[in-house]
Amino acid sequence: MSTIASDGTDLGHDTHDAHDDHDHKPEGFLDRWVFTTNHKDIGTLYLVFALLMFFIGGAMAMVIRAELFMPGMQLVRPDFFNQMTTMHALIMVFGAVMPAWVGFANWMIPLQVGAPDMALPRMNNFSFWILPFAFTMLLSTLFMDSGGPAAGWTLYPPLSLQTGSSFAFVVFAVHMMGISSIMGAINIIATIFNMRAPGMTLLRMPLFVWTWLITAFLLIAAMPVLAGAVTMLLTDHFFGTSFFNAAGGGDPVMFQHIFWFFGHPEVYIMILPAFGVVSEILPTFSRKPLFGYAAMVYATASIAFLSFIVWAHHMFTVGMPLEGELFFMYATMLIAVPTGVKVFNWVSTMWKGSMTFETPMLFAIGFVVLFTIGGLSGLMLAITAADLQYHDTYFVVAHFHYVLVPGAVFTLMAGAYYWLPKWTGNMYSERWGKIHFWCSAIFVNVLFFPQHYLGLAGMPRRIPDYSPQFADFNMWSSIGGFAFGASQLIFVGVIIHCVWFSKKKATAQVWEGAKGLEWTVPSPAPHHTFTKPPVVDDTMVAHADEAH
Amino acid sequence: MGTHADKSIYYVPHGTKWPMVGSLGITTMLVSTAVWLNGATAAQWGLYLGLAIIIFMFFGWFAEVIRESEGGYYNTQVDASFRIGMVWFIFSEVMFFACFFGALFYARTLAVPWLGGEGNNAATNEFLWQGFVPTWPTNGPGEIGGDFQTIPAFGVPFLNTLILLTSGVTLTLAHHALRANQRKPLVIWLALTVALGALFMFYQVEEYGEAYNHLGLTLGSGIYGSTFFMLTGFHGLHVTLGAIMLFVIMIRCARGHFKPDYHFGFEAVAWYWHFVDVVWLGLFIFVYVL
Repeated sequence: MSTIASDGTDLGHDTHDAHDDHDHKPEGFLDRWVFTTNHKDIGTLYLVFALLMFFIGGAMAMVIRAELFMPGMQLVRPDFFNQMTTMHALIMVFGAVMPAWVGFANWMIPLQVGAPDMALPRMNNFSFWILPFAFTMLLSTLFMDSGGPAAGWTLYPPLSLQTGSSFAFVVFAVHMMGISSIMGAINIIATIFNMRAPGMTLLRMPLFVWTWLITAFLLIAAMPVLAGAVTMLLTDHFFGTSFFNAAGGGDPVMFQHIFWFFGHPEVYIMILPAFGVVSEILPTFSRKPLFGYAAMVYATASIAFLSFIVWAHHMFTVGMPLEGELFFMYATMLIAVPTGVKVFNWVSTMWKGSMTFETPMLFAIGFVVLFTIGGLSGLMLAITAADLQYHDTYFVVAHFHYVLVPGAVFTLMAGAYYWLPKWTGNMYSERWGKIHFWCSAIFVNVLFFPQHYLGLAGMPRRIPDYSPQFADFNMWSSIGGFAFGASQLIFVGVIIHCVWFSKKKATAQVWEGAKGLEWTVPSPAPHHTFTKPPVVDDTMVAHADEAH
Repeated sequence: MGTHADKSIYYVPHGTKWPMVGSLGITTMLVSTAVWLNGATAAQWGLYLGLAIIIFMFFGWFAEVIRESEGGYYNTQVDASFRIGMVWFIFSEVMFFACFFGALFYARTLAVPWLGGEGNNAATNEFLWQGFVPTWPTNGPGEIGGDFQTIPAFGVPFLNTLILLTSGVTLTLAHHALRANQRKPLVIWLALTVALGALFMFYQVEEYGEAYNHLGLTLGSGIYGSTFFMLTGFHGLHVTLGAIMLFVIMIRCARGHFKPDYHFGFEAVAWYWHFVDVVWLGLFIFVYVL
């Protein structure tokens, strides 16, 4: 591989590479993976990293469910239990779901808009390679004498300020994740605005590209606020500031406001790309264009806007003025409108379609049904008066796990099955994919549905022990948890089989009903694609006969 | 191949080691800082080492980009990617400052009055902070950090406002000179801009010395000291970075870089400088005057 000479020598030898659209991959591990500027390889790095984190975070969830299997303290100390709930959330949010979506963005956005690569390929490498360092730093806190952070992923002061020697490491790890996310988001915006092939107008873009464009905006607006919030925690802890100290005129509640100003958009950062993936998969396997393409775009933008004015619904019990409670309640309920538009459009897309049920479609339909359950429990939580009862109970845990596990994680699975043939050139095992789906779909409900009842009955979240009245539902939930965790090992098996052992080659088209630029390149997608941009017309886009 | 690549093709670099250098630098710096904060003073050397690695990365990375740019590898589409990238980077910085301004507004208009019993918080005042009368500036009912005085707006801060605004003018004059291809005035106006930035920082440091040594105003002076030093401190850091960036651009101009119609590096730094200027105006109004 010919890198640009960094010592100032002639650059001429490099130019042939820029013209080269043959399938040259750099040789050697360092050049191929560590120094890479290739969007596909960086996408693969992100996806592998996210899967690793998914299992590390998942192992922590197993510890939590094992301790909660029955009442009483059996396996771990309460402090370690708290470290597990905190780290499970941090790892899953920042290490698994977000990098997984950025991995999809890296792989698919250039392919879907007809670009030769991401707009800023060097920065793309930087965005990824900060992450392994950040998470090594975060995970290393578990081995420090004070243990890892244990105040919950929301890091509320004053509790989080009592964290021991791991505190600064956690804050800096969050800073690094923020830097990575912001650079990744800038790259995605630049790619979408600047790298579209001729004819790929904004309203011809696939919905995955649209949802990521809006997600990237949310990232750039939200992540710096998180960086500011943890910086203030750091100075309160080490430098004597009084941001969150009432004696000095500050307010611990202020942290909650700042955190959730980041935190609520963050929720949509994890779910908007999921909306995009589902909006790609349902039309393909229904063999119909997406119903209401333009409405989907506007609904996504509306959700993104609303995400910035609903944050305090996470803190209804904190003692806000009544006007505040009411404003945040109504604003939150407004989100049901664009979300409802989406759900009905997905259902309408399938309506009278010529449907088949390959694994990606199963996960996508599973998403529509189960995410809607999570959405509806969200509406219940939005009602201030009712939330006073639900706040910090297992009902909340059930709610956000429904939107994140059969929500975000199912669509990650759906997207992975959908595009695996394009990435690897091989078909995955449909039989094992389906087994993976059915195990996941059944056990995710065994895992999380009982938690609704636990919450309504009053079981608080983030506790290692509980009253015996909660025993049965917790046992069911734990059994579901272990089985759901084990089911994900099937996914690893399917991937390994698909990449290295599958005999069934994928065609360029892969799925009969699929439309869009990514299906015009061979499978596996060559190392360099669209070096010369394609010209896009209406017949090549996913929602071809949609009027807009 | 000569100096000009095929401009119909979007230039995609193949391989780069700088991001890995950067990741190692950031990690070295932050891990060392964390160890230092936990009490091991020797770890500060790791911070300096990390910082040095990061500076090395910036030199190497930007040198590579500058060589490619001057070598004619970038077409207008690449230029547009850089522009979009810079605009959204500045937006992220806006949100970073918005966070601290938000903290200031929240504390001033809500948190402090509530400690004094405003709204439905009569009990808070009665039982927790009896006798606390909310005012601004304040270091809270616990009088954290002890007595302090504030820095009057219409002394050094006003002078600094004038200095920064003037630097915006000199920078614009430099830009006009670049567009007219008048290289000598270009470098002179840029040098003036850098000098004004340095002068601003000089006064800012003076002001901090005054605050710490004579006014009793420190980072630990309750919520006023916290917001004051956090906002002006991060702004000062950005002025310093902006001045360094301007200095690099000045050196590049002196070496004949940039063309009247092709000078994104100059513009990016100019945007950054104006952004820093606007933040200062916000600071001057909300931190010093009001």
